[in-house]
Amino acid sequence: MAQNGVTENGACGGAPAPALPRPADVQGIAHTKIFIDNEWRTSCAGRTFPTLNPATGVKICDVQEADEEDVDKAVEAAKAAVQRGSPWRRMDASSRGRLLHKLADLIERDRLLLATLETLDTGKPFLQSFFIDMDGSIKTLRYYAGWTDKIHGKSLPVDESFMCLTKHEPVGVCGAIIPWNFPLLMFMWKIAPALSCGNTVVIKPAEQTPLTALHIGSLIKEAGFPPGVVNIVPGFGTTAGAAIAGHMGIDKVAFTGSTEVGQLIKEAAAKSNLKRVTLELGGKNPCIVFADCDLQLAVEETQKGAFYNQGQCCTAASRVFVEESIHEEFVRCSIEKAKKIVIGDPLDPQTSQGPQIDRQQFDKIMDLIESGKKEGARLEYGGVAVGEKSLFIQPTIFSGVKDHMRIAKEEIFGPVQCIFSFKTQQEAIERANCSQYGLVSAAFTTSLDRALSVSAALETGTVWINCYNALHAQTPFGGYKMSGNGRELGEYALAEYSEVKTVTIKLSETM
Amino acid sequence: MLRAALFSRTLPGLSRLSTNLYSSLAIPAPSCRPEVQFNQLFINNQWQDAASGKTFPTINPATGEVICQVAEADEADVDKAVKAARDAFRFGSPWRRMDASHRGLLLHRLADAIERDTAYLAELETLDNGKPYAVSYAVDVPHVVKCLRYYAGWADKWEGKTIPIDGDYFCYTRHEPIGVCGQIIPWNFPLLMQAWKLGPALATGNTVVMKVAEQTPLTALYVASLIKEVGFPEGVVNILPGMGPSAGAAIARHMDVDKLAFTGSTEVGHLIQQASGNSNLKKVTLELGGKSPNIILSDANMEDAVEQSHFALFFNQGQCCCAGSRTYVQEEVYDEFLERSVERAKRRVVGNPFDLNTEQGPQVDQEQFNKILGYISSGKREGAKLMCGGGAAADRGYFIQPTVFGDVQDDMTIAREEIFGPVMQILKFKSLEEVVTRANDSKYGLAAAVFTKDIDKANYVSNGLRAGTVWINCYDVFGAQAPFGGYKASGNGRELGEYGLDNYTEVKTVTIKVPQKNS
Repeated sequence: MAQNGVTENGACGGAPAPALPRPADVQGIAHTKIFIDNEWRTSCAGRTFPTLNPATGVKICDVQEADEEDVDKAVEAAKAAVQRGSPWRRMDASSRGRLLHKLADLIERDRLLLATLETLDTGKPFLQSFFIDMDGSIKTLRYYAGWTDKIHGKSLPVDESFMCLTKHEPVGVCGAIIPWNFPLLMFMWKIAPALSCGNTVVIKPAEQTPLTALHIGSLIKEAGFPPGVVNIVPGFGTTAGAAIAGHMGIDKVAFTGSTEVGQLIKEAAAKSNLKRVTLELGGKNPCIVFADCDLQLAVEETQKGAFYNQGQCCTAASRVFVEESIHEEFVRCSIEKAKKIVIGDPLDPQTSQGPQIDRQQFDKIMDLIESGKKEGARLEYGGVAVGEKSLFIQPTIFSGVKDHMRIAKEEIFGPVQCIFSFKTQQEAIERANCSQYGLVSAAFTTSLDRALSVSAALETGTVWINCYNALHAQTPFGGYKMSGNGRELGEYALAEYSEVKTVTIKLSETM
Repeated sequence: MLRAALFSRTLPGLSRLSTNLYSSLAIPAPSCRPEVQFNQLFINNQWQDAASGKTFPTINPATGEVICQVAEADEADVDKAVKAARDAFRFGSPWRRMDASHRGLLLHRLADAIERDTAYLAELETLDNGKPYAVSYAVDVPHVVKCLRYYAGWADKWEGKTIPIDGDYFCYTRHEPIGVCGQIIPWNFPLLMQAWKLGPALATGNTVVMKVAEQTPLTALYVASLIKEVGFPEGVVNILPGMGPSAGAAIARHMDVDKLAFTGSTEVGHLIQQASGNSNLKKVTLELGGKSPNIILSDANMEDAVEQSHFALFFNQGQCCCAGSRTYVQEEVYDEFLERSVERAKRRVVGNPFDLNTEQGPQVDQEQFNKILGYISSGKREGAKLMCGGGAAADRGYFIQPTVFGDVQDDMTIAREEIFGPVMQILKFKSLEEVVTRANDSKYGLAAAVFTKDIDKANYVSNGLRAGTVWINCYDVFGAQAPFGGYKASGNGRELGEYGLDNYTEVKTVTIKVPQKNS
C-alpha cells in the first residue's frame, strides 16, 4: 500500500529519500496513556491492556485502556475546543496549515523512532515502516496543510433580488476509529483532512497498535495545537469504539476496518444522533491480467498487491484473473517470484515479510488456506506457517480458484494470492464485479481501448492500470458497494469534514 | 496596504490601532547600513556581469546617495536568461519531471529561508526603497512568506477535470505550465511583487525571467540567492536588474517568452500589450494604475472612517496602485471628516525610515518627487483647497509633506490622474446613486471602498462599483487567498488566490476514442 511519491517516482522528481538507518534502540515506551486536552491521563476505570510484539509474542508495554467514561472526557475536550470563539475556531485558516506543516516536520524529525515503534507494534518490515508509512504520513499532512486556506465557498447567482453565499464550516467533533494495518498512516488520513477543515478529533487507535498514535499525541502538543483539538483514546472496539459511534456529542465518525464492524458503526450513528458516517471497509479486489500485457510487470505488481504488508491491506489484490493463454506462464512466474520473499525479523532490513498481527488473524488465515485446499483449489506454493508457535505464514499461491470458493469470496487479510483463469474480457469484468465489495481493482494490458473500457466497467472506487497500490495524498480513495461510504484523500475528503452553510441576503429593491 | 492581516497576526484581539503602534511590536533594532551581497545578474543559478559590462547606480531615497552599482541587463542578457529558462523548461527536464508536491516543498523552503532572513531583507528593502523599516519588517516580508506558502500548497492541487462529452469519447483536461514567463515588477513593493509573481508561476511549473525595477533591485537579488540555496534547478528563475525601455522591452517583445506579467503604470501596460501583439502574441497579464474611490457615507463610524481613509491614501508614501485617492464624503459629514482628516495628516510622522516611530519615508526617487510636487501645484492652480502640507518635507532625500486637498472637483487633474504620492483628495457628494456614478467615471477600476453600517447601502454600493476589489469598512486588506486585479484600464487578469493560477496555465484537452461510453 501507499507507494507514496518517493518509491514510485524515483529520484528525479521526488524529495530525496534518506538512507535507511539502523532501527532506533527503544528503551522503554514514553507514551502509554490516554491523550486528552493535550494532557496524559490514566484510564478512569484504572484498566490497562498489553500491546505485543507480533514477531516475538513478547509484551512491549501496558497501555491505559480507554472506555466510555474516558471517551466522554475526550468528547468534552473536543467540544470545548471547537466552540465558537475558541482559539481553534478563531485561528486563521493559513495558521491551521502552518500547524499541520509543523506536525509533519516533527514526524520527519522523529522518523526513526516512529518507524521503529511501528515495526515493533505491527511486525511490518522496518524498511517499509521507515520509507512507505512515514513518507505517506508526512505527505498526507503536508497535502492537507496546503488545503486549509483554499477551501472555498461560492457566491451564487440566485434568482430575484438576493445575494447568496456559501461558507464551508467544520462539522464539529469528529470521531475516528482506525485499524492496525497502517496505524500511523491511517491516523493521518483521518486527522489531516479533519483538522484542515477546522474540526476537532477524538481518535481511537487499534488495541493491537496504539504506540505510534500516542507518540503523535506528544508531537501534536509540541507543534502547538490548542488543547482538545486532537484527543487519543487507546482501547477496544466494543467499548471505546462503540462509545464513539454511539456518542451524542460526536458530529461525525470515520471508521476504517471490517465491513462487519462498518455496519455496526452506521447502525450506532443512526440510533444515536444521526452523526455523519464515512466508512473505509473491506475488499476482495480483482486484478485482470490480459494476454497483451507486460507479463513481468503484471506478475510483480499483482504479487506486491497480494503480499504487501503481509497481505493485511484492504486493497489486497486477492482475486487475480489471468487470461487463459498466459495463465500457466503467469502462475510459473508468480511462484518464482514468491520464492524470493524473505520472511524474518522485521527489524532486519533484508526482510520483506513479517508476522501477521495476532493469533486471531493468524488462525483465520490458516483456516481459509485449509478451506482452499479442501474446496479443490490448486496449492502452488506455501500454504503453511513458518515455525511452530510464531505468527509467520509462508506466502501462499492458489491457482485454479473458482468463484464460489470461500477464498474467492471472503477477505483473507493474509499473504494468499488466488489466481483464476478467464477467456473473454466481458467474462472477466462480470466475474470481477460479482462481489459485495468494490474498493479497488486493476487491469494489466497494453491496449488503450481495453484499458479505458475495463476501467469504465469495473465497479470499484479506484482502478489501477498497469500498476497497483499507487496511492497518493492527492487522489481520492474509497469504496463502491459494501467497501464503504465516502472518500478519503484528495480534495474530495474535505467534503466529508465540512458543513456547507448557505447565507442568503435580501437586497434592497428601493435603492 | 495589507494592514489588517498584519495586525491580526501580531496583536490578536485589537481591532482599531493607529499606525504608530508598529513601534510597540517586537521589531528588532535595524542596521541602517546592511551590507549588499549581490549586485549582478542571476541567470541559470549563476551570478554574472552584464554582457555589455554596464552598471547603474541604485540610490538611497532617504539621502539621495548611491548605495552601490548594479549590473545592467540589456537585450543580450535577456536572450541569455530566456535561453536558460527555455532549457529548464524543456520536456523531460528535472523541473518538468519534478513531482508537483515537490515544487510545493521548494516554495515552502524558499518561504522558510526568507522568514529566517526577515530582518536583513527588511533592512535592505528600506535602504533601497525608503519605506519605513517597521513596515518592511512587519508587513512586506511576512506577506511575502505567506504568499509563497499559499502557492506552495496549490502546486499539487491545481487539478484538471474529466469531462462527459457527447459521443463515444473519454475526455479530460490537463493543466500544464505555459512555459517561459517574463515578469516585470515595480519598485513600490519590490519583495512582495516578486512573491506575487513567482508564487503562482512556480507552483504551476513555469520558468521565469524577471526584470526588477532599476530603483529597487537589491532585495530581489538577495532572494535569488535563496532560490539557489533551497534547491530550485538551474534556469527556473532568472533575475535581471535593468531599465524598462531596454531590458523590459526586450522581454516584452521576445519571440521565445510565452507569457508576460507586468505590474506598473497603465502607460507602460499599453506598450507591453502592443509588444505582445507585434511579436508572438504572448499571453499578457497586467496590474496597472488606479484612481480608487473611497466612499464615506454619513452613517459610518467617523473615527474609523477617518483613520482607514488616511491609511488608504498615505500608506507606503502614497505609492500604491490601489491608493484610496478619491475620498468621496457625504455632505452631512463632509466638514467634520475633512477637519479630522487634516488633523490626522498633520500628525503623520515623516522622517528617517529606519526610525521605528516613522510612519512615512521618502518617495522613491527624484522623478517621482518632482511629479508629485507638480500635481500639488496643479491642484492649487485648478482651485482645490490645500488644507495642509503641499511641499517638500526635508532638505535632502525625497520627502514630501502629507498633503490634503478639500473641495476637489471631479474634473480636476488631481481627481483624474494617478499621483502616486502622499496627496489626499476629498470630494463631496449627496446621494448614493450620484456617488456610484461619479466613482465609476474613471478609466481605472482597480479598487474601491465604502464605509457604512447599513447592509442595504453596503450591498448597493459594492455591487454598483466597477472595480476588481471592493472593501467594506476596511481598506487595503490583502490576503494571498483573495484575487486582486483591475477592471478597465487598471489591468488584465487577476493575481493571488486560485484565480492567479489561471494566468500561468495552459489547459490541454485530451480526447480519446473509446469502444463504448457509459455514464
